[in-house]
Amino acid sequence: MNVRHQWTPVGPVRAATLALMAIGGLAGPAAAQGFAGMGTDAEGYALPQPGVAFSFPADHGPHPAFRIEWWYITANLEGPEGRAYGVQWTLFRNALAPGGTDAPGWAATQGWMGHAALTTPERHFVTERIARGGIGQAGVESDPFEAWIDDWGLSGPSLSDVRMTATGPDFAYDLALATDRPFVPQGDNGYSVKSEAGQASYYYSQPFYQVEGTLTLPDGKVQVTGDAWLDREWSSQPLGDDQTGWDWFSLHLDGGEKLMGYRLRDASGDDFFVSTWIAADGTPTPYEDGHLRGTPLERTEVAGREIPTHWSLALPERDLDIEVRAINSAAWMDTSVAYWEGPVTVTGSHDGIGYLEMTGYE
Amino acid sequence: MLSVDTLSKTYPGEAGPTAVLKGVSFGLDDGDTMALQGESGSGKSTLLHLIGGLDRADSGRIVIGEDEVTALDDRGRARLRRDSVGIVFQQFNLIPSLTVADNLAFQARLAGRRDTDWDARLTERLGLADHGKKYPEQLSGGQQQRVAIGRALAAKPRLVLADEPTGNLDEDTGERVLDLMLDLVRETGATLLMVTHSAQLAARMNRRLYLERGALSG
Amino acid sequence: MMQAGLHALLSHWWRRPFQLVTLLLGLATATALWSGVQAINTEARASYDRAAQALGAESRDRIVARDGAAINQDDFVALRRAGWLVTPVVDGRVQTENGSIRLLGVDPFTLPGGSLPGDLADTALDLSFLTPPGQVVVSPATADRLAGTDLPPIVRVEGVAPAMGYADIGIAQDLLGLRGQLSYLLVLDDQPLTRPSLDTIAPDLRVREGQGQADLARLTDSFHLNLTAFGLLSFAVGLFIVRGAVGLAFEQRRPVFRTLRALGLSTRALLGLLMAELLVFAVVAGALGIALGYLIATLLLPDVAATLRGLYGASVEGELSIAPVWWLTGLGISVLGTAIAAGSSLWQVARLPLLAPAQPRAWAMARERSMRWQAVAALALAVLAALTGWLGSGLVAGFAMLGALLIAAALALPLILHGALRLGGRMARGPVREWFWADTRQQLPGLSLALMALLLALATNIGVGTMVSSFRLTFTGWLDQRLASELYVTAEDEAQAGDLRAFLEERSRAVLPIFSAEGEIGGLPTEIYGVADHPTYRDNWPILSAQPDVWDRVAEGDGVLINEQLSYRDDLSPGDAIIVSGWQTEVAGIYSDYGNPLAQVLVGMDALDRFEDVRRTEFGVRIDPSETGALTDALIDTFGLSPDAIVDQARLKQMSLSVFERTFAVTGALNVLTLAVAGFAILTSLMTLATMRLPQLAPVWALGLTRGRLARLEMWRALLLAGLTMLLALPVGLLLAWVLLAVINVEAFGWRLPMHLFPGQWVLLMGLSLLAALLASLWPARRIARTPPADMLKVFANER
Repeated sequence: MNVRHQWTPVGPVRAATLALMAIGGLAGPAAAQGFAGMGTDAEGYALPQPGVAFSFPADHGPHPAFRIEWWYITANLEGPEGRAYGVQWTLFRNALAPGGTDAPGWAATQGWMGHAALTTPERHFVTERIARGGIGQAGVESDPFEAWIDDWGLSGPSLSDVRMTATGPDFAYDLALATDRPFVPQGDNGYSVKSEAGQASYYYSQPFYQVEGTLTLPDGKVQVTGDAWLDREWSSQPLGDDQTGWDWFSLHLDGGEKLMGYRLRDASGDDFFVSTWIAADGTPTPYEDGHLRGTPLERTEVAGREIPTHWSLALPERDLDIEVRAINSAAWMDTSVAYWEGPVTVTGSHDGIGYLEMTGYE
Repeated sequence: MLSVDTLSKTYPGEAGPTAVLKGVSFGLDDGDTMALQGESGSGKSTLLHLIGGLDRADSGRIVIGEDEVTALDDRGRARLRRDSVGIVFQQFNLIPSLTVADNLAFQARLAGRRDTDWDARLTERLGLADHGKKYPEQLSGGQQQRVAIGRALAAKPRLVLADEPTGNLDEDTGERVLDLMLDLVRETGATLLMVTHSAQLAARMNRRLYLERGALSG
Repeated sequence: MMQAGLHALLSHWWRRPFQLVTLLLGLATATALWSGVQAINTEARASYDRAAQALGAESRDRIVARDGAAINQDDFVALRRAGWLVTPVVDGRVQTENGSIRLLGVDPFTLPGGSLPGDLADTALDLSFLTPPGQVVVSPATADRLAGTDLPPIVRVEGVAPAMGYADIGIAQDLLGLRGQLSYLLVLDDQPLTRPSLDTIAPDLRVREGQGQADLARLTDSFHLNLTAFGLLSFAVGLFIVRGAVGLAFEQRRPVFRTLRALGLSTRALLGLLMAELLVFAVVAGALGIALGYLIATLLLPDVAATLRGLYGASVEGELSIAPVWWLTGLGISVLGTAIAAGSSLWQVARLPLLAPAQPRAWAMARERSMRWQAVAALALAVLAALTGWLGSGLVAGFAMLGALLIAAALALPLILHGALRLGGRMARGPVREWFWADTRQQLPGLSLALMALLLALATNIGVGTMVSSFRLTFTGWLDQRLASELYVTAEDEAQAGDLRAFLEERSRAVLPIFSAEGEIGGLPTEIYGVADHPTYRDNWPILSAQPDVWDRVAEGDGVLINEQLSYRDDLSPGDAIIVSGWQTEVAGIYSDYGNPLAQVLVGMDALDRFEDVRRTEFGVRIDPSETGALTDALIDTFGLSPDAIVDQARLKQMSLSVFERTFAVTGALNVLTLAVAGFAILTSLMTLATMRLPQLAPVWALGLTRGRLARLEMWRALLLAGLTMLLALPVGLLLAWVLLAVINVEAFGWRLPMHLFPGQWVLLMGLSLLAALLASLWPARRIARTPPADMLKVFANER
């Protein structure tokens, strides 16, 4: 998945904090410059280069020379009697000014934002945290791995074996995520191109986590197991000026294969649709724009917008012809930067589960 | 007793001023009873009103006894109405907030000439003995006119003016009310000037005057 | 048919435009007064909500150090990492060569939106705010004062409190010399589902509960209830006018109704047409009323804001922001008012017999009949008022009692006037006088609604006037007792306070520390003041009731003085036990404490030490009044105190009195408006009656009264009725004043005031009501004086 959101608000500014998030050169007339200001230029920040291999565990940690970065986990879970749940845990890093260091104390120029969500077929719980770096309220360390904001954490011995926790006013979760598979570079060996004009990011995934743990809901605790998917991405100017939003699919197919695909919508109608087919052993096959095709089949009115919550996807190279349906079409993330994100089911030539994220629908 | 000399009156109307009276002259002696006849709009009510000091003439002279009515101001005409004249209108004569007894005595008391014996006799003669404490609206039309007659005569005025006093009553009642009035007028020795369009009633007066378009005729 | 019917009904208004104006104006005034008051209330409440979210307000729970010292910044991070949603604040004074400011350091990342005043949140925060050298955000006025000082770059933002500055927390820590330290943490909303207790994370810290917006709402509730009651009263007075106009218009159109019915219009259709007509009027008048109400609210809001600030410290913005819902309720009220006023008329139309003879006086006679029912209702309401006063408790019961009392008096008015006029008629001598009384009595039904409105307005005026004046008298005397020191000085901190005290003791007769702390009694916030053992208090303090040796007991720590509010709230008398923030002691005495919404306790100086967070920075100074100016200058020169920190007695009294006056300015304004509406009611009633007077006056005129005399009598009639109404309003008003002083004030504010009588006010009011009646009768009387005789004579003609 992901050129993830930025916390630069596109819509009305709700809070002083968000106005603050607009600093670091990302503010301005953001709406005209791609979703959440991601189309602005990257003066003073590092830019991704092709042909640079990842170095783990160091690359699991933050890259403060780049403007934005995230640790993004979605989990498809199953409770007693096969009831479906979805969980999201995300930590965003946003450099407020170029400079590359995370100075200690209040003067730190790194802002952090956490989003946590829990989706059931009927309900959708969301909460958000914002902090500044430098005083220890939020941060990421690579070895031993730990990412945190307030009391939320993603802490391992390593990123292949982590405990993921978050609490909100009306929900909480505590999940163990583990895998023995390798991390999967996206795009050109981790260099992920985001537009014809060449905007790009570093991007790798871990789609093979096995999950078990506990969800806390208003009516009690639920034991769950399931699959989770990590996306790691950092960049400084990941979107083209005309790109207005995206539809991002991360699907666990029943045969053990994984499919990542995203459509970057363009104001001119010239969409950019790339994908990666990941074999059960973790071998990725990237497909450039034009291979994976997707069509919305049905829209749902959510938060006053028409959002496609039922899709048809086809990747002829893999004999894939499926329909993707939201488990809860009201999975609206009513956070500082609002978007749709929720668990989905897959039917058709392949069956499976997954997550869908859609931004930029106004 | 009453002398009217070249009396004229013009009212402003929608189609320009209308001359209602055009130089009317006549005289009445003490104890005379006179019928004033004429068609609708001939000016007979206006003539009565001018004589009674209810309105001002444009020109000409009216003298009642010593009083030159046409020379009086508003206040003087009010005094004239109070002291010298008794008026009976066709209807809506009575003061609605006063009882029958109070209505009857009202003018006499205003004039300062109340005579309680005479009041009692009037009440008796007019058949109002049982109605003294009633209010006008509780009486029939004939009863109301009898109160009006009683009130006009209570102060024993020298001149009684009546404007179609029975015009609003049925024939029988009218006849009886008129009889009563004529009797009582005679008893007080007052002069009576009565507007009527009924030749039958006019015949019972000792003099008749006929008005036609604001002037005397025949 | 419907169209023709509508035309026939509406033509009435074209022929009687004045009646239409009366109806619309009455309705508009009623709506205006009501919605104006509502707008004020709504605005004030919205301000409380904003204030409750604002940072500076004491509304949120705070986490503070148990020892009152600063909080280590690491504790903040530890609490956040444990799940406590808190935001750090550092709070202190920064000295500059141009005076000091209070500086609040905030963390915009964890501070919820809307916590900062004005446009601060939107405009001022950017990277240059967060990173050195940072920025200090102040009001434009403060910015001018601070120009040229060595503070970080100054940013001007409207809406920041005067002498207050905001900076990023890191910047503020450096400016205040508090690196790594925090003053307190604000506890935010929406805390997570689970989190460990504060003790396990930071045992040195404790939660201090905020006053909460509920508190502010609770404190100001009584004030708003007062306003609402006034709004309702004005609304009721306005409705009397509407009732009168609608009743008359329906009565005069009775023949038209019959004709229409006879021509085949169903009762249902006729009612429908009439209701549609009234609905149109209600909407038109409602829109007009809302506009007027907005105007009223705009004019009154500054006073209300000043009152709320002075009395409760509640900050209300001086500008109205009107929500669409306010417009809708305004229209709704207008329609509702019309429905109430027209209900009985519509009911009569619904039962109108097709062939009943037209009776010109039917309306008046119906009114006379209804007088008896009114008397019964008045009696029932009077009993209700008495029962409410006897058995009920609470502010709402108090106002219910007031309402019942006033309506009872209004309903009883026609009957009482009727009796008085009958009596007058019996005593009158002479035909004209007798007629005058009798005729006045007959006019009563047509005027009674207007007179009832006048009675309500006058009684309220007397009641509220007596209350306010009694209060003012008591308050002024109380201020003299309470403000015994000549000068009041506040130091910036305790270190300075020590020097200050030494300095003052050399230059004055006595220095009386006014040390204070915040505590609780029965869970509600309480002010605790330490009081020195000094003759100043023994001689002057406004004690209401006390044990004989009250000051000795307080000085020795054997008892405390409590304010009257607290004694009513918790039903305490001298000798009763009381627990002040965990300290078990005894009530030694009760003192009056007007204008304070909070409970207050006076303890001996030694006893004060047992409370947390004692502020030891304020002093009262006894000094020759002529020396206050010199001492003030010396204090400013020596200690650099801001002029705000030094207040002399005269200025304090003046400030208190001006708060007092502004508190009742709104009441006064509403009073005047109500009276004006009542005057208008009389005018419209008289003018309406004047058109129907001719048949009643013509016979009298024909029998020998001049038109001029009749006109003068008309004026006397208006004066007589207004005078009688005023005489009747007097006892009602005094009863009202008693209820306000002895019931409402105790419930609303917690103080009971002695009632004083102000006959001068009554004379003035009598003069006013006579003047109103005179003015109202002037035009109708003039009309009678000028009626041409020909018009008078038409009354007697056949074709009427």
